Amino acid sequence: MLARQGLGLLRKPWASTMKFPTTRLLAARSLTTIKASHDQEQELLVAQRKNRPTSPHLSIYQPQLTWILSSFHRITGVGLAAGFYALTCSYAATSLLGIQFDGATIAGVFASLPFVVKLGAKFVAAYPFAFHLFNGIRHLVWDLGQQLTIKGVYTTGYIVLGATGLLGTYLAFF
Amino acid sequence: MFRSILRQTRALNGFTNGSRSLATAAASKPAPRLKTFKIYRWNPDTPEVEPKMQSYDIDLNECGPMVLDAILKIKNEQDATLTFRRSCREGICGSCAMNIGGRNTLACLCRIETDTSKETKIYPLPHMFVVRDLVPDLTHFYKQYKSIQPYLQRDTHPADGRENLQSIEDRAKLDGLYECILCACCSTSCPSYWWNQQEYLGPAVLMQAYRWLIDSRDQASGIRKEMLQNSMSLYRCHTIMNCARTCPKGLNPGRAIAEIKKQLAFD
Repeated sequence: MLARQGLGLLRKPWASTMKFPTTRLLAARSLTTIKASHDQEQELLVAQRKNRPTSPHLSIYQPQLTWILSSFHRITGVGLAAGFYALTCSYAATSLLGIQFDGATIAGVFASLPFVVKLGAKFVAAYPFAFHLFNGIRHLVWDLGQQLTIKGVYTTGYIVLGATGLLGTYLAFF
Repeated sequence: MFRSILRQTRALNGFTNGSRSLATAAASKPAPRLKTFKIYRWNPDTPEVEPKMQSYDIDLNECGPMVLDAILKIKNEQDATLTFRRSCREGICGSCAMNIGGRNTLACLCRIETDTSKETKIYPLPHMFVVRDLVPDLTHFYKQYKSIQPYLQRDTHPADGRENLQSIEDRAKLDGLYECILCACCSTSCPSYWWNQQEYLGPAVLMQAYRWLIDSRDQASGIRKEMLQNSMSLYRCHTIMNCARTCPKGLNPGRAIAEIKKQLAFD
């Protein structure tokens, strides 16, 4: 049978010009179907493809250690790179403009800040750095083909989190 | 009258092997365990209507144990317009892949969570174009699979004109790879695939690429590697490992991709 049947065709203009296959009406269901040629089906398909929504993704996916840690790695990487470029670019810019900007100056300015601000700044820098460092090592282990099982991924993930807690705390408070 | 009740009780006892009386049989009809399923709905005939979540209540006492049983029950008894793919109901066809409770799996292999206080949400596979309700458009996924030439390629043929033989060890290398049913659970769980679907091949297809790369009978590994040697096809994998975490068949596409990367590194 060349012609198949589809419900969507009922809504199209040609539906009114086509004969209703009343003999094919199923008593059990109130829905009707009509025969369609291949071209008509194709036209319908193209029209439908224009409107298809994308199914929900990030907002509905179950939080799992796998992709949460991966997103942290990306975010901390971007943050650390931004900090690195900001610092090196300000070195270059201030030396061109003749402004005093060296290690001793920065340390002096930092020391003069209130305690809460200093601790906050160290927190913001220490934990992302520690996490990115350890997770980077985890990635190197993976690139050697090691620990690439669910168990390995989770074990190394928790190790990275624990090590981040220790090193981050050490860097932030001492 | 009393006697007739007694007779009925005896008759019933006969049926239930004497272990239950009439009274307990009547009382043991359990209270309904109503479980709410919230299911993603979208109809291509009314594209102006935004996709929405529709709730259905199911009595778990009258439903099979798997999520597929529940949505079939909804389709049969509550809403015939609910649309989804299903076929084998035993995890070998890969048709009923969908996002259940936030993770991708096969509805036929996923048990209904029996805690009735929690609702179960069902979405189509993430970040795919929706054909209708729970049916995603897998056209591009299948095209990507076709693009890796998933078949044996040889220049020479065995002298006796019969089979291409393989040692037991070489055959064992294909275990954990050939079982893939292409349900697309892993590819659609991969954030890299979400953002770069047009160019990145995704875990399911790359695992099959690896399956043909390490097949001792295949002689096209040079071309196969060349096809992957670019920034997008393979290297968008950042070892997130959602793929292995979600695979309903317990396979590990992430490891296969890492092995391809290792092979290409020494090319």
